Order: sequence, then C-alpha cells, then structure tokens
Amino acid sequence: MTAGVLVVAGALLGLGGAIAGALLPKGWRVRAATALIWAACGCEAAAAIHVLAIDRPIVLRSTELLPFTGVTLVLNSLGAFFVLLVVMVAVPATLYGIGYASHGLDTRTAACVFPLFVTTLLLVPMAGSVATFMALWELMALTSLLLVLVDHSASEASRSAGTWYAVLTHVGAATILVAFLILAAHSGGQTFAAIAVHARHLASGVRALVFMLALVGFGSKAGAVPFHVWLPKAHPEAPSPVSALMSGAMVALGVYGIVLVGDDLLGGGPVWWWLVVLVLGGASALFGSLHAASSTDLKRLLAYSTTDNIGLVLLAVGAAGLYDATRHPLLAALSLVSALVLLFNHAAFKGALFLSAGSVQVATGSRDLDRLGGLLRRMPQTGALFLVAAAAISALPPLNGFIGEWLLFQSLLHGAVIGSTAADIAIPLAVAALALTAGLTVVAFVKAVGIGFLGRPRSESADEATEVPRTMRLAVGLLVAVCVVLGVAPTLIFPAVERAVKTALPGLGTRILAHGVDLQVVGLRGMLAPAALAGSLAGAVVGIMVLRRALSRQPTPRVVEAWGCGRQLQTARMQYTATSFAEPVQRVFDDVLRPVQDLDVTHVAESRYVIESVTFANTVDDAIERSLYTPVIRAVRRWGQVARRLQPGSVHRYLAYGLGALVILLVAVAVMG
Amino acid sequence: MSTISHVIGTGISSAVQVAVVAVGGPVLVGVMRKVRCRLEGRVGPPVLQPLVDIRKLFRKQRFRPDQATWIFTLAPVMLVATVVVAAAITPLVTTHPALRASSDLFVLVYLLLVGSTLLALAGLDAGTAFGGMGSSRAVTIGALAEPALLVTILALSTTAHSSNLPAIVSAILAHPESVATPQRLFALGALLIVIVAESGRLPVDNPATHLELTMVHEAMILEYAGPDLALVTVGEAMRLTLLLGIFVNLVAPWGVAISTSVSGVVVGLASVVAKVAVVGVFLAVFEVFIAKVRLFRVPELLAGAFVLALLGVVSGLVAK
Repeated sequence: MTAGVLVVAGALLGLGGAIAGALLPKGWRVRAATALIWAACGCEAAAAIHVLAIDRPIVLRSTELLPFTGVTLVLNSLGAFFVLLVVMVAVPATLYGIGYASHGLDTRTAACVFPLFVTTLLLVPMAGSVATFMALWELMALTSLLLVLVDHSASEASRSAGTWYAVLTHVGAATILVAFLILAAHSGGQTFAAIAVHARHLASGVRALVFMLALVGFGSKAGAVPFHVWLPKAHPEAPSPVSALMSGAMVALGVYGIVLVGDDLLGGGPVWWWLVVLVLGGASALFGSLHAASSTDLKRLLAYSTTDNIGLVLLAVGAAGLYDATRHPLLAALSLVSALVLLFNHAAFKGALFLSAGSVQVATGSRDLDRLGGLLRRMPQTGALFLVAAAAISALPPLNGFIGEWLLFQSLLHGAVIGSTAADIAIPLAVAALALTAGLTVVAFVKAVGIGFLGRPRSESADEATEVPRTMRLAVGLLVAVCVVLGVAPTLIFPAVERAVKTALPGLGTRILAHGVDLQVVGLRGMLAPAALAGSLAGAVVGIMVLRRALSRQPTPRVVEAWGCGRQLQTARMQYTATSFAEPVQRVFDDVLRPVQDLDVTHVAESRYVIESVTFANTVDDAIERSLYTPVIRAVRRWGQVARRLQPGSVHRYLAYGLGALVILLVAVAVMG
Repeated sequence: MSTISHVIGTGISSAVQVAVVAVGGPVLVGVMRKVRCRLEGRVGPPVLQPLVDIRKLFRKQRFRPDQATWIFTLAPVMLVATVVVAAAITPLVTTHPALRASSDLFVLVYLLLVGSTLLALAGLDAGTAFGGMGSSRAVTIGALAEPALLVTILALSTTAHSSNLPAIVSAILAHPESVATPQRLFALGALLIVIVAESGRLPVDNPATHLELTMVHEAMILEYAGPDLALVTVGEAMRLTLLLGIFVNLVAPWGVAISTSVSGVVVGLASVVAKVAVVGVFLAVFEVFIAKVRLFRVPELLAGAFVLALLGVVSGLVAK
C-alpha cells in the first residue's frame, strides 16, 4: 500500500506545483513549481520502479473523485516504463524551464499549466478505466494546447498552430472515445481489466473497428502520417521545454495507447491489422525523414524527425503484432522490446535536441538555419551537446540510437525467414524503409549541425550569440548523458523493458535478452558488445591522435584563411545554406516533396536581353496537408457558408424551425408508437 | 589457459588484419592506378607511390582554416579510427577476430557511417562553398545507398540466420553448395555497386578529378593538408580495401582461417590479399571503360542496386 501512497502523493505534489505557479509572485512561481514537479516526478518514479521490481500492479480506486464512474488508477509494468520515460524528459525539461522562463513560461497561466501538463503526462499511463483515461487524456491535450498558445498575442503562426493542434487532437480524442465506448458497452464495465476479459470474445468486425478507431486516434497524437500535420506547426511555436515534453513524452503516449488497445485490451489481432500499422509506420518514417532533410527551420526539422522516429517505432510495433499473429512469441517480444527501446532513446535525444534548439533561439532570436552558422565557436557547450544528440539520432555507434535500430534490424532479420507470406513481403520493405530513413536522418542532422553550428555566421545575431545560462546547459547535458550511457551500457534499461513487454504480451518465456555487458538475443543468433566497441573506438582515436602528433615535424596547426578559388575575403554568403544543402535530396525526391519554385525575372525597360533583377523562391510545403487537408477544410467552410443561410437573424424563421421540428417529432412518435 | 591463448590469438589476428589493411590499402590504390595507366598507354607512377606520398604528407606542417573548429581536427582521426576498429573485428584473415560478438554487418555499416558523417561535417566546417557542395552530395549519395546496402545484408543474412559476419562466412564454408544461390548472386552484385558508390570510385565519383562541378569527395576534403590529409587519404584507401575484403570473403570465403593458428593466419592473409588484388585489378580495368555519370543519374544506379538486392531476397523466398 505504501507504493499507492507514492502515486497519490506524486499527483498531489503536481497539483501543488500548479497552485504554486498560479498564486506565487513572479520571482518565485517558476522555481517553486519546478521544485514541486521534481518531487512529483520523484514519487512517481519511485512507484514505477517499485512496480517493475515486484512485477505486480498498484491498483487505486476512488468513487468520490469523478461523478458516476469514479477514478481507477492501475500502474502495471507497461505503464511504469512509460512513467519512467516521462520522468526522464520532465526533470531536465523543467530544469531548463527555469532559465527559459522569461521567454513566455513565467506568466501566471503558463506557470500554472506547465506543472499540470507534466502531472497529466505522469498519470495517463496509470489510467485503469475508460473514464479516468479520457479525463486525463483530455487534460493532457488541453494543457499542452494552452502551452502551445503561450505566444498567441504576438504571433499569428502560434494561433494557427493552436487551431491545427486543437482540431487534430480532438478528432483523435473523439475516435479514441468511440473505440473505448464500443469496448465498454460490450464488456459490462468500463475498467480496463473488465474490458480485457471480454474484448477477446467480441465479433472480429467489432474488434477490427475498435482497433482502427484507436489507431487513428492514438496515431494522431503520436504524429503518424497522415495525422502528423500538427507537429511541424505546434512544435516550433511551443516554448522549447514544452516542445521537448510534447515530442519526447506525449507523442510516446500515443504509441502507448496503440500497444494498450492492440495488445493489452484486444489481446492481439489478425495479420492485416498489423500490416496497416507497418504501412503507417513505414510511410511516417519515410515522409518524416524526407521533410526533415529538406526543412530549413530547426524546430520544424526536429518536429518532422519526430514523425520519422515514431514511424520506426510503429514499424517495430507492427512487426511485433505480425509475429504474434503468426505465433512467433519470441520474435514478437524482441520487436516490442525494440519499439520501447526506440521510444526511450527518442525521448532522450529529441528532448536534448529541442532544448538545445531553444538555447539557439534564445541566443540568436532565430531558428532559421539559413540565418545561423558558426555557433559551435560561440556556444561551445550547447554546440557540442547538440552534436552528440544529433549523432545519437543518426544512429551512430556507440550512442543509444544505434542500439534501438540494431534491435529493430535484428527483429526484422529473423522475421524474414519465418515463412509467412505477409512477413515475406512486408519485412524486406520494412528493412528498406528503415535504411532510407536512417540515411535521410543523417542528411537532416549533418545539415542541422553543419549549417547551424559550423562555418561562418550568416546573420549579425548569430555572430553576436553567447552561451546560455548554466542550468539550461546542464539540462541538455543530463539528456545527452542518458544517450551516451544507454549507448555504451544499454542493458541497464532492459530489465524494465522486459517486464513492460511481458505485460503487453503475456505468456512469454523467462528471458528475451541476456543481461550482461553484451547484448544477446536469447534463442536467436544476434549479438552485440557495445561497451567493448565503444572502448576500442576510443582507444583507436587516442592512438591515431598520438601517431599524428608523433609523425608530424610541426604538430601545432597554422591557422590560415580557407581557400576561395584564389579570391580573397570569404564571406558568409559564399557558403552552402540549408536550402542548397538539401537541394540534391529535394531534386531526387521531388515527386514526394513537390517543392514550389518561383522564378521571377525582371527585365530592363529598354531591352528584353538585359536583366534588372531575378527573384527565386523555393518552398517545400507538406504535400499531405495540401492534398488531403486543404480540400476538407474548403468543404467544411463551404458547408458553413450554406448553413449560414439557415440563420438570417429573423425571429419568425427560428420560430418556424421550432414548429417544424415539433411536428416532425410528433409524427415520428406517432409512426413509431 | 586455452581462453588466454585464444584471447591472445584473436588479438594478434586482429592486429594482422589492421596492419594488412593499413599497408595494403595505399598499395591497392597504387596497383589500381598503375593498371589504369598501363591500359591507357601511360607508364604511371610506381605502385608504392601512395605510401611515399602519405609518408611525405605526415611530415608536413598542419593547417587549419580560420573558421574551423575541433570537428575539422577530429574528423580525419575518427575516419581512420572507425576503419581500424572495423578492420579489427571483420573476418578478413580469420573467422576468429577480436570482438567477434560485434562483428555484425549492420554494426560495420554504421561504424563506417561515423567516419563519413564526421567528414561531411568537416566539409561544412571551414565555411566555404566547395566543402558544402561536397558534403551535400556525399550525404545524399550515402543516404540513397543505404536501402540497397541493408537489404543486401538481409539477403546475405538469411542463410546463416544471423547478420554476424563470422557466422555468415562459417555457414558458407560449412555448406559450399550454397555459395552460388541466385539469392547470393543478386545480393553480391548489389553489394559491389554499393561498395563502388560508398568508396567514391567511378562511375559515381572520380577520385582523380579536381573539377568543381563533378567533385564529391575531393570537394569535401579540399581544406585538408599535411598530416590531416595523410589521414584522410589513408582512411579512404583502408576503407576501400576493407570493403573489398568483406566482399571477397562473402563471395568466396575459402582460405579464411577458421582458427587463430599461425599457419592458418598466414594462409588466410595470403588468400585475402590475392583475392582483393584480383577484384581491385578488375575494378581498375572496368574504370578504364566507363565515364563518371551525372550526379542525378547516381540515384538510378543505386535504385538498380536496391532492386538487385530485393530480387535477392525474393529469390531466396522462392527457393524455399
């Protein structure tokens, strides 16, 4: 029962943070709220670790809190893993928020809503009934929406992003609600435990409907294609600690929802469900990475890269379901392990990247890569941390991103030989999607680091940038440390991951991965020794540096001007920009990206052959937004115009409507009765 | 006792592999240049000229562009370091190299990616137009080569049920009849195209050009001089040799020692050197007869490699 006290205490401390943020004076509110949030995170993390250690859920019920239904909190191992993931991002993000507060987070509203957002993130994976889940889910959506809108009075983009986010997240919430209502109606109870018992015996059509509705709803939260359009709008506009939490933690909860409904409640399903998930994952991974490679706004790039990473996670979730449906429990477990490891890693490096992008914005006032440059010399620590996080997301060994992709590749590799037709076709294509995504991610992050942090500054504000306060660097440093530690010693989180996977896929054997220093997939031929690899790489680097020093007669480098084709005085404008860097990729994939190019040539009045000026504009919009959402929006608007004719403002007309409705109702009652 | 001698044996084998790749790399480049020159009716520089050049470069003064950061200094070191580690763990001479557990095709691909990624960053570091152009092109080609590469690995791994390279090589040695299955032939064809693209040879990139419109790799490393340039040159030569070494041991693994005994290592060494030399000469002859393709035709070439790899996977399924 003590663990239950921890859960409640955590929730109360989080609420206390919100109250402190609302009531305290400006100088105090952010610090007090942050301290309370840390305490809340500590309590929930302790409860989660306790649950993972004893492998028995904590169950809490209260009939007073919500009318009619009551509140049910069930913290099982799967939920506990996600609680730890949220804590891992929330602590650095709130620490960062102290230094970042003057950029919109120290108003009374923001200081009150931010702790509330973190608290709901912590509580969503504990929800044990439909009503509790939906209440927390909605609260999470609303608090994050308010935080996206922090800058609403100054920025039109922020208001537009808020609208997009609000609409998509609520359409998602509606489909999730319908899915849960169908389940609850057939289960005679609205707790997840009751649903899990009954859902397995439903008609297959109903089960499929529920799963697809849940996939749409949770997919829109997770940022999967084609519901991703809110990410590249909302993430750039939100304050950076909020972006880090939304992209690292909240999006992960979308995947939690898919696993919860698909595996935990419905107990798996036929092959075609999971093929849909695989297609969704592959499309998200490719579309996201392609747009990340061609974006020039740093935070937009990161937002698209979230879609790309979630795509990889969905590939793993889909493969897990596919293996489960074709009765390969070990492979299913391995795939789900890789999904959870990918999610945890993504939270770490994406958190670090969003926070450092915020530091760049604070230091230079811009997040447009074409106006940055030379920041590694001006902000050495932020730059180095960004570089390591970028290497981690590009899956370079010996960092954590590599471990996740290795696990995913292993699960796909062994899946290619199981002899199921669906797997035979899907798996090689999934490998190809993984590979192209990995390559394009390298393009995106070489661009982000190379254009943003290296070379010459492209604007005055980038030239005058200085390092951000120490707490902000420390916060990023914490997340980057997670990336490095989990790259060298990934087995540290495997006990937790395994317990979580066994909750989602019950009936597994004892071990999925051997826990030593090395990684070994039990029962399959896959091995990796990350610590030894990192050690030998470090040794080789040191050895070659010593060798270079020993062989050279003048080992200290002479600083010279870079070669400019014999021309003196290089300027920043001679460098490649983010746009030109991405041009080859854009040209190769122009069928998907559909860039809009506008060339405007103005001639001198006297002669057509003499040009006065040339304007060239190149924009890459989201093709899905353009071809899928714009027609829908236009249709809704047109329907709205038609509907306006119904309400001309005449009271007589309204009375006539009332009379007509009454007559129809009476006739209907008479006919039916 | 036997574990200690095993550890020493694997350590020595790996050291031999690194040494043969480090020395053999520049020699291979020299051989390929010589073959090319002779076929074109020129005398050509001596075979050992690249080694002499590298020795000369190592003794020169180091230079650093005024805008460059520590990335510029680190990149060549990292390039060579990743190739050294890759050469140490790959079964070139013996199927028992050190760190056998990590000797995975997937690991090797990503290990080599570390070096090329840092080099691409270094190209942007000096803040010149050339460097950016080279980096942009190099990462684009790298990204497009990736699907073909990983699907090839998938096709090659299915016979051994593992992407562990010693396991794959041992599986072929144990089942010689599986050496020429359609699956493997398609996959190895794709692998050769990818190796040519990844190591910047014709028809994807011309290592001998200094014309800015066509440069890829040379543009990226334009700012390097002296010992740093020596490291880049060594790194690239080692990388080509290593990739060809992996290729020949996947095509025809015979000769590779299955232990770490002295005689086995000597035979393994001789066989891998001979096999790589044959493939190197073949590539050099091939390069005489082709021209560099336009940059935007390279995706078609790599898409072709991808289709070959996919055919490999599919024909494996049909054969089953």
